[in-house]
Amino acid sequence: MRAVDGISIDIRAGEFVALLGASGSGKSSLLNLIAGLDRPTSGAVIVHGNNLAALSREELAKYRLHTVGMVFQSFNLIPSMSLLENVELPLRFAEIDRRERPALARQALERVGLSGRLAHRPMELSGGEQQRASLARALINRPKLLLADEPTGNLDSRTGTEIMELIRGFNQSLGMTVLMVTHEQALAEKYARRMLQLADGRLVDDIPNVARADDVRVASPAQAPAIPGDRP
Amino acid sequence: MKFYDVADLAVRNLRESIFRNSLTTVGISVGVASLVAMLSLGIGLQQLASRRLEKSGLFDTVVATSRRDLRNFREQREEGPAPAESPALDETARQKIAHLPGVVEAYPDIRFTTELRFGDKPHLTTVAGVPFSAKNNNDAFEGVQGSFFSSEAAPEAILQKSFAEELLGIKPKPGASDANAKIAELAKPLLGKELIMRYAERTASPSDSGSAASSTSTPGSSATSSSASTSATAVAAVGPGGNENAAYSVVSRRQGLKIVGITDLDPDTMRGTARARVFLPLKLVQELHVVQSSLRDTPATGMPTFSSLSVRVASPNQVPLVEDAIKKMGFNAFSLVDATRSMRQFFAVLDGFLAIFGSLALAVASIGIVNTLVMAILERRREIGIMKAVGASDADVRGLFFAEAGVMGLVGGAVGVTLGWVIGRLINFGTNIYLERQHFPPAQIWSVPLWLVLGAVAFSIVVSLVSGLYPAARAARLDPVQALRYE
Repeated sequence: MRAVDGISIDIRAGEFVALLGASGSGKSSLLNLIAGLDRPTSGAVIVHGNNLAALSREELAKYRLHTVGMVFQSFNLIPSMSLLENVELPLRFAEIDRRERPALARQALERVGLSGRLAHRPMELSGGEQQRASLARALINRPKLLLADEPTGNLDSRTGTEIMELIRGFNQSLGMTVLMVTHEQALAEKYARRMLQLADGRLVDDIPNVARADDVRVASPAQAPAIPGDRP
Repeated sequence: MKFYDVADLAVRNLRESIFRNSLTTVGISVGVASLVAMLSLGIGLQQLASRRLEKSGLFDTVVATSRRDLRNFREQREEGPAPAESPALDETARQKIAHLPGVVEAYPDIRFTTELRFGDKPHLTTVAGVPFSAKNNNDAFEGVQGSFFSSEAAPEAILQKSFAEELLGIKPKPGASDANAKIAELAKPLLGKELIMRYAERTASPSDSGSAASSTSTPGSSATSSSASTSATAVAAVGPGGNENAAYSVVSRRQGLKIVGITDLDPDTMRGTARARVFLPLKLVQELHVVQSSLRDTPATGMPTFSSLSVRVASPNQVPLVEDAIKKMGFNAFSLVDATRSMRQFFAVLDGFLAIFGSLALAVASIGIVNTLVMAILERRREIGIMKAVGASDADVRGLFFAEAGVMGLVGGAVGVTLGWVIGRLINFGTNIYLERQHFPPAQIWSVPLWLVLGAVAFSIVVSLVSGLYPAARAARLDPVQALRYE
């Protein structure tokens, strides 16, 4: 059985796209393909002109490091590290000089409103705070693409809104392309400018969010180029 | 990832499961400790043995003999000039040999069988001259009861234990263990006492026979005047054996000797049945001109010809070179260097066995490392997935697990060497208590050279890294999607 089957989408730089669908519809699998965590058995995923399917494992790691930032439903912070260390972690892999790293991490945490929590461990914080920290970590290497897998799934609606506002801020002020997986129609309608509906691994609907469609190009699946890509 | 970060993360991770990782590290330590203890014992024994053997003169001595001496026919088969053309082993030859590279000293081997009087009883034994340098390089004289000769030509004697027993009329008890205590008892009644040596002096006669009567006042005896009671008691003219037409007279003489030392070890082990039991300063013996079975004076110069020379070489390695050089000069030369070779072989095999036994514990410990790291992969599955999701490469993850194995190896190695050192110290301490009870001199049977310390730590790290190969590869290949999937 194919988790993602025959989907052809084209996402432009700076778009805020929501992937909607029931559990098992293939939306997370699609996100993992675009994140470079998984490889398609056939077809292509082209980001910035690079076909991820053709990259080596090493190149794929570089892509994850520099081009995408990821946020998860379960935050996925490393419990044995403080917030500052968690946010600093991608900088270690990027081989940034270790004297510059704390300042960069502190800056990123300030941006998400966590400047007072640097030395805390993730378990000492609320879910909202943990998700903010993981957003800071996703931003630290200044990626072009932010991938969020149910970012508010473990949060109450008030903190969920706070997180979504932060993500929208990144989209608008930093021009970051956002691709968010969610099963909450309301959330998608509120923030995304384009909604992709998946069912059983297939794209069943690609609709501009009318409420916020002022600046979005609409492309029907038939007209769209064969692959999702971030074309500048 | 840079080295600092790999090391930093590795140490952090090890500290997270400090108890389990400590246990694994203790396992490595025990392995390294057993390896170090075993090897240091082997090395220590080897050093002890070679120290003893070096001092024994067995392995740094070449014995040179003349090919003219037909009694050494067995060695005549070797290449080189025929016996008749072979040069004489005289003072000139001695000096030439003494100046060969690597030679420390070359001295004539003087030994003769004679009668020694202690009290009123005569005792027949072999007497040998000992060079003054033996004081420092012969183990037998190092551990002497009493003292070494006071000067190069002092009329003094050191007795071998068995001769001391004979003088006192003691029968050696078989299997006696209190060696040191006994020799001290032997020494007490003998040290400082006088021995009278009766010997035959040869005096060169310028003309042949008929000069027997004139040799009552021999020049040879004046050289050893000192306090010794030298007196001619008989005069005899002896025609030289066979082809030599030089003549010399033999005069019977006495020499008083003071007993200054008793030695337990045999300083003359190389000589087999010809070994001497009474030792006199070489200079003294040379000046006495005692008649020896194989010593003739060279007709032309009047200088003595030696039956054999002992050539002491700076190190056992140089023995073959010196041996060859002496053979090229036209003499026979032999040494026991082959025996050292087999001794070294023996210790190499012994060290090998000890190392294998020592390594067994380390092999078990390395399985512990594999186990611990595989456990860590299972435990940190999610963490590995997170690291990969935020950009860690396979190499980063592999390096991290490798570094963890390496740190365990380093810490385990360092602790293990210390532990092994302590164990060795204890073994040494215990052995020396035992040796002391048995009245043996203390010995360093255990030695940890610097190369062993560094080698053991390096070996421990290498073993740990090899153990880390499989877990590291497995962690690196972990699929991040699988690892991040919710339970």
